Amino acid sequence: MPDWLPEFITLQLIVSVGVILVIIHLIAVGALYLVLLERKLSAWMQDRCGPNRVGPLGLLQPIADAIKLIVKEDFIPTRADRVLFILAPAFALIPALISFAIIPWAGTLQIGSETVEITVANVNIGVVYLVAITSLGVYGLALAGWSSNNKYSFFGGLRASAQMVSYEIPMGLAILTLILTAGTVRPDEMIEQQLQGQWFLIHQPIAALLFYICMLAETNRLPFDLAEAETELVGGFHTEYSSMKWVLFFLAEYGHMIVGSAFFTVLFLGGWSINPLWGLDLPMAGGIGMILLQFGIVMTKVFAMICLTMALRWTLPRFRYDQLMRLAWEGMIPTALLVLLVTSFVVFMGWLPMMWLASLITVFVIWLVRPLLPQQANPNRRLPLLGSRFSPKTHEALLSSPVEPRGVDD
Amino acid sequence: MPIADRDIIDVTPTKLNRTEGLFVPAVVKGLGTTMRHLFQNFWRAGKNKKNIWVVQYPEEKRDDRPVEEGGQYRETFRGVHRLNRDEDGRVRCVACFLCATACPADCIHIVAEESPWEDREKYPKQFDIDELRCIYCGMCEEACPCDAIELTPHYEITGMTRQEMIFDKTKLLEVFDRTIDEKPM
Repeated sequence: MPDWLPEFITLQLIVSVGVILVIIHLIAVGALYLVLLERKLSAWMQDRCGPNRVGPLGLLQPIADAIKLIVKEDFIPTRADRVLFILAPAFALIPALISFAIIPWAGTLQIGSETVEITVANVNIGVVYLVAITSLGVYGLALAGWSSNNKYSFFGGLRASAQMVSYEIPMGLAILTLILTAGTVRPDEMIEQQLQGQWFLIHQPIAALLFYICMLAETNRLPFDLAEAETELVGGFHTEYSSMKWVLFFLAEYGHMIVGSAFFTVLFLGGWSINPLWGLDLPMAGGIGMILLQFGIVMTKVFAMICLTMALRWTLPRFRYDQLMRLAWEGMIPTALLVLLVTSFVVFMGWLPMMWLASLITVFVIWLVRPLLPQQANPNRRLPLLGSRFSPKTHEALLSSPVEPRGVDD
Repeated sequence: MPIADRDIIDVTPTKLNRTEGLFVPAVVKGLGTTMRHLFQNFWRAGKNKKNIWVVQYPEEKRDDRPVEEGGQYRETFRGVHRLNRDEDGRVRCVACFLCATACPADCIHIVAEESPWEDREKYPKQFDIDELRCIYCGMCEEACPCDAIELTPHYEITGMTRQEMIFDKTKLLEVFDRTIDEKPM
């Protein structure tokens, strides 16, 4: 760097600012086009055409939508808490944007004698930062629900917070399992390990599944979109929102989706690793061309994950609320604890190359033990009512049974 | 009456076995169905005859399609009404009010007057059909004793005001002149 610049301006700082600019614009424009992609994909999955009127193949539809949303009236209900009502969309969007900070989008770039990392901040705590930031996302939803002064919005906010609190736990446990596997919390070191060996998806498939399900829950997408269940709560937490404030919620949802997919890519799919099974792979550092190639591979994986998320959305129906809670507390948390236990044992014994055995043992134990555990009563069970056709008493028995005289005195 | 046992269909969900209880196989199966449809329709959604063949309306119309492929069956299609003319070009209607009586939507309004012609007693001085109220059931066509009112295969009936959607006698006769070639009486 030239001498006349102040000392704190380093090449790393400039690259970081560049990454921030690129990624934020990528989210903003990407979210617009992800909406179009989702509409197209869902249409194809349901044997429909999807948007095809605005521009060739409907490609200008997001722009038309954006113009429509910008010129819409920005409505604030009279009895709403104005400050929180305006702040809530920002609270929803900020966690989605700042959790990008620790993702390594590509390896280290070598310019002359200096090396810079293609990431915003390579912090020591790494993955812990992710857990801390994603749980902030609930504030936007809860505040929106509260400040709208609308009972359906409030229900949406409540559901969102309860859901987030429940799904934080298996997510944390899954990440803990991963940290045990990798022996580090830094995402770049995790990627380095996956480049040299196998993807962590192969080491820890159960943890990957748990993390993915929790990621769906954190992004509030189907089958976990209880917070905005249209059929039950009008529009959920954003019932009262319109125009650009509503867009911010939408942007936050898709931003969370992108960031979640990016984290899944980094943690389980080995970042820019193209060989899941053995060491032969792309290098960690390289010139401009290599960096662009790595960035492209990461983006392809993120895109694939997003497509999977969308396919899941249009495959699975929405959970009932008790099913949602049972899945977290009776299904995922015990599973995550079991995986953690078995993984710790494997790590303690030093059988690191046999890490996949941990998941296999977990599945086997669950398969074996689950039917022996006490079961909750089926919430869909039929209660025998007297006289109904599910009643143990038959019609004839009812007719012949002595009718007790009921007088006015009773 | 109690329901007989053989008429009761038990819809109680069966208990899941160990593997089904993990739910993951069912999710994967469902994803398979979704993906099959996705790839069948990839970039040619709506043109895939196996699933559904969409009519891209303003450019393409049901009129252009054979009936087997979802086209319009013009012989029985119930679109906008017309009032038929007889051989001399007079209105065939004899203002018997049967159509107005049969109409379930009460959209036909007739004012009758003594006929200027020898062969019938009455003719409609005024014959209004409110096309916005009409449910296109075809009861008027069924009720008519002298085949004077008929429904045509035309379905693109538009207007800027409610008033112009009330079709009067001249307009209904005009519809007849336009459609007599494609749908003979």
